[in-house]
Amino acid sequence: MNLEEYKGVYVFAQQVDNVLNSIAFELIGKGKDLAEALGAEVTAVLVGSDVKNLADELAEYGADKVIVVDDPELKEYRTEPYAHALASVIKEFKPEIFLVGATAIGRDLGPRVSARIHTGLTADCTQLEIGDFPINPIPGKEQKHNQLLMTRPAFGGNTIATIACPDFRPQMATVRPGVMQKRAKVAGAKANVIEFNPGFTPDNKYVEILKVVKAVSDTVDIMDAKILVSGGRGVGSAENFKILDDLAAVLGATVSCSRAVVDAGWKPKDLQVGQTGKTVRPNVYFAIGISGAIQHLAGMEESDIIIAINKDESAPIFDVADYGIVGDLNKIVPALTEKLKAELAAK
Amino acid sequence: MKIVVCIKQVPDTKGGVKFNPDGTLDRAAMMTIMNPDDKAGLEAALRLKDQYGAEVTVITMGLPKAEDVLREAMAMGADKGILVTDRVLGGADTWATSQTLAGAIRNLEYDLIITGRQAIDGDTAQVGPQISEHLGIPVISYAQKIEIDGDSVIVERQYDDRYHVLKAKMPCLITALAELNAPRYMTPGGIFDAFDAELTVWGRANLVDVEDSNLGLKGSPTQIAKASDKVRKGQGEKINKDVTESVDYIVGKLKDRHVI
Repeated sequence: MNLEEYKGVYVFAQQVDNVLNSIAFELIGKGKDLAEALGAEVTAVLVGSDVKNLADELAEYGADKVIVVDDPELKEYRTEPYAHALASVIKEFKPEIFLVGATAIGRDLGPRVSARIHTGLTADCTQLEIGDFPINPIPGKEQKHNQLLMTRPAFGGNTIATIACPDFRPQMATVRPGVMQKRAKVAGAKANVIEFNPGFTPDNKYVEILKVVKAVSDTVDIMDAKILVSGGRGVGSAENFKILDDLAAVLGATVSCSRAVVDAGWKPKDLQVGQTGKTVRPNVYFAIGISGAIQHLAGMEESDIIIAINKDESAPIFDVADYGIVGDLNKIVPALTEKLKAELAAK
Repeated sequence: MKIVVCIKQVPDTKGGVKFNPDGTLDRAAMMTIMNPDDKAGLEAALRLKDQYGAEVTVITMGLPKAEDVLREAMAMGADKGILVTDRVLGGADTWATSQTLAGAIRNLEYDLIITGRQAIDGDTAQVGPQISEHLGIPVISYAQKIEIDGDSVIVERQYDDRYHVLKAKMPCLITALAELNAPRYMTPGGIFDAFDAELTVWGRANLVDVEDSNLGLKGSPTQIAKASDKVRKGQGEKINKDVTESVDYIVGKLKDRHVI
């Protein structure tokens, strides 16, 4: 492998139902930082069926180039045709860095692609930068410059590891949604659009989609919410989330939850905060009846203000809360709602 | 039907985490459990065995003491256990691990391979899909329901806002979510039999169609540059007062911080 042949930062522009996922813009934003450090360009790779019209939006968020792989086989996400699309783009265009969102799609696609082209893949990165590897010179070992240093939590969020991929290209990472910053949208920006179709012939690895069942959800994406009212096992039942709904309504907030609540079937998965759910960083995070398992903390501890209400004084959530209230949520939450109503009405 | 289940012995991350000087995990120094998603995968295999009849083989790669999770799996109802262990396999990243497991599985007949979605130590969710790629079979990850239909498997596959019902021809690899089921307990008779059961132990020489350059630390494209304990946000204030005072306290703080 001649590493010098590999140039540029590429990002997978995930779309579902011809709507670009916010992670696409986040990856372009981070990709721009990396590309500037390397003196390179950012290329978005758009994969789907009849998706060419989305290229302009990618340009508006900063993509210099957009490679469109458009084929009827790519209408709904399936591992094999999407893996073939990305692996073919990598073989043809030889990117130095390839970023994929750590979404339910990206975490399926990334490993399949990296295994096909034989390179390393670092999962769920929360920080990416260009630097030296080894970070400090080691006698007798070549120190390589301009390497992608990929930082991620590991071991249930107990540790942080920084990973490099010095001898293979592209350097691949999946990136946790909600962590990287989008660039400001530049209306009317245009990218250089390249159409590329490697051909799609169904084989044993193609699976058949019998049915697509969409969860009915009219709620705001919890990652976009400014205030989250989040409930855990301590809320006690699906019905009792009513007191959280009432609090959220007064504050114009959104309700989210912990994994225990999803496992119990009280709330759908897309409201789950944590390592296997979504990473959120609202202005205010209310943790109500949430004990604070380390996997939950990993998804919310970057919130500006954390307010925890829990009857167990020793709950780990209090270790990260700015304001901790030991007490009965069934009494405190409704009383808080009433008080806030009165305060806001008086304004 | 023949089912292979890949399981991993993982440090119980609720306890402490310890490292070797080179930044890799000091597995010998920590308490261990069967990875929860893998246990759900094993349970899924055992249910298919109950329902349709199947031979369930569990396979793990690890230190010799990883035989503990194989015996646990057999006490739950698995038929055979294979331990893949060799000094040259140590320090493997997901590429080298998936190469190793694929090399071992090539010795076996299988209709279905089930792995957990991800392990609680690395949380990468990569090894299952990578094994399927090396073996040239389809993968369905994040399975929340599994059924057999003739020579095919029908799986509900979870996404953020939807699920797909997918049909794949076997052989196929499925990755299981811990939410898929509640794993059964070991039976007393099962524990007794598993203690005496003969395990198969394989080393480097037993791996089929794998180059040395794809194994262990040397065969791992990713390398650790640095590992450190996470610095957490410090604890703030904590009060334990009656309801009215608690509410006034929160409202006061929301005003101080210009939220309301």
